[in-house]
Amino acid sequence: MSQEVLVSAQGLSKKFCKDLRTSLRYGVIDVAGELFGRTPDGMLRNKEFWAIDGVDFELRRGECLGLIGRNGAGKTTLLRMLNGLIKPDRGSITMKGRVGALIALGAGFNPILTGRENIYVNGAVLGLSKAEINARFEEIISFADLSDFIDAPVQSYSSGMQVRLGFAVASTLDPDVLLIDEALAVGDVQFRSKCYDRIRELQQRTAIIFVSHHRGDLARICDQGLLLTKGRVSYKGSIEDALNAYDEEAASGSGPVRMAHEPVRSASVELGADEIAWGSDLVARITLESDATIEDAYFRFTIMDEGDECVGEWRSHHHGPYVTVPAGTSTWEHRMSSIKLARGTYRLNFVLGAKRAAEYLVLHYNFTQLTVTGDVVGLSRYQI
Amino acid sequence: MWQDLYASKELSWRLARRDISAQYRGTILGYLWAFILPLANTLTWVFLQGAGIVKVADTGMPYAVYVLTGTMLWQMFIEALQSPLQQVTAARSMLAKLNFPREALIVSGMIKWGFNAIVKVVVLVPVIMLLGVRPNESILLLPFAMAAILVVGTAIGLLLAPVGLLYTDIGRSIPILAQFAMFITPVVFAMPQGGLWARLFQWNFMTPLLLQGRAWLTGSWGPMALEFLVVLAVFSLLLFLGWAIYRLAMPILIERMSS
Repeated sequence: MSQEVLVSAQGLSKKFCKDLRTSLRYGVIDVAGELFGRTPDGMLRNKEFWAIDGVDFELRRGECLGLIGRNGAGKTTLLRMLNGLIKPDRGSITMKGRVGALIALGAGFNPILTGRENIYVNGAVLGLSKAEINARFEEIISFADLSDFIDAPVQSYSSGMQVRLGFAVASTLDPDVLLIDEALAVGDVQFRSKCYDRIRELQQRTAIIFVSHHRGDLARICDQGLLLTKGRVSYKGSIEDALNAYDEEAASGSGPVRMAHEPVRSASVELGADEIAWGSDLVARITLESDATIEDAYFRFTIMDEGDECVGEWRSHHHGPYVTVPAGTSTWEHRMSSIKLARGTYRLNFVLGAKRAAEYLVLHYNFTQLTVTGDVVGLSRYQI
Repeated sequence: MWQDLYASKELSWRLARRDISAQYRGTILGYLWAFILPLANTLTWVFLQGAGIVKVADTGMPYAVYVLTGTMLWQMFIEALQSPLQQVTAARSMLAKLNFPREALIVSGMIKWGFNAIVKVVVLVPVIMLLGVRPNESILLLPFAMAAILVVGTAIGLLLAPVGLLYTDIGRSIPILAQFAMFITPVVFAMPQGGLWARLFQWNFMTPLLLQGRAWLTGSWGPMALEFLVVLAVFSLLLFLGWAIYRLAMPILIERMSS
């Protein structure tokens, strides 16, 4: 049985400006244009780019769409447009029913006021009337598990407690469309599992749009996936296929970035092996060509996982003294001992820094891949 | 527009209550703070005048009463003027992330203003009676003068708010400009009798509001009732215009703010 379509987006586009001052000026021009009823022509002006470019999708009741993509791919912008916070520059959105958002949990909390008072404030911001809050008050407190502290000022709550209270209030809304933006990344394990139970409960009668970097969360909740790449839809389909497409993109799509600043003329970094076993050592060979001597220099490697999260860091000056890089060509070798990472593919970044330099002298971002083999399997960060 | 305004009434009330109770929870003097600033201001001017540093023409009432009523009404105007921008700036992160009727911020600012204004009047009236002024039934018109001050202040503040949200220059310059404006309004000085100054005072739209408000407080009917009504009518229209602009401008401004 096909359910009614609750969300439909057609040719959705949004442009952003890269420069703050220009952005502010365009803001004034746009407001003035709006006042005199001029419709924007939808062309890019100087220093603008499309943050979201021609996105189409439909979502029915009971479906859950996972939005995935790298940082800056436009996920949050898309969510803000769906939430009605900003207007699309082109295209249209049609939404049916009440829209709820698990974004910015606890917005409008005043730290001096008690939890009880803040429930009413937060509820009112989300569009609940006083009667509705009264009716659900006990439910909110017991869900947040804060009955002992409800008359204490919110500033005495831990950040996890604040999020619990925020989630408890926001999830009592009975929305038709629910937007979730990585809101659940905090809180302890018990509370997170409670949150997922609540979301699953809501899922029966709502259309959910979920933004996250965690494949475990995505695979658990969503049935559909939409992969955004630089503002465009690069894949649309089942969540498994979308996650696979995302992996491929992460592996190939973003090319390496290599930068060297004065006095370094060039730098190259090579790994002893592209594939290592769990617990074995990783050797890196660095060749530098510098115009001048660099005092107090250090090398730094960071290891990123598929979700672009840093899982490891190694600095040479934690394992020895700062070094002096001589003028001319020099070669360095470093051994990072016993890499204990879960089986999978990682990307590496390299930095040459100096104690007294504000900026990096060399930055190689995503310069190579490293495959780790072994029996240890990666777990999603949060297990339920 | 009116529907959204109606829909926002509960939220406005909530937000105002939140801010008022939070504002006074961390103080010992509590509500008296609404009165202390004008009082300090008055003492300064009474001292300056008593010591002969500043010479003020005859004001027709004890000078302390003149300054106290003047600064009190002027303070109300400044608060109303700053309220929209302050409200919107304080709620930036909420605006960037949540969808709620944007009117609620302005209306809750007006409620807060009303609360502070009432505190001021409740303290002010006994004090000026103590200083020898006998208010009469004209004081019943005082709320009318206060409402007019609210309308004028909010109208200007609301017109400035969209630009002020983008450029902080606006928020910074309001207190400076207000300082200058105070000296061409009969707040601490009496109306000058002739010359350029007199003209500046006469063309100043705040003059009728100040004079009428003070007159109604101190037991007379006031000299500029007609001008008062004209100012009120013009600024009511401007308030409506400011509201319409605010509604149109908010989505555009929000996308320029960080999320």
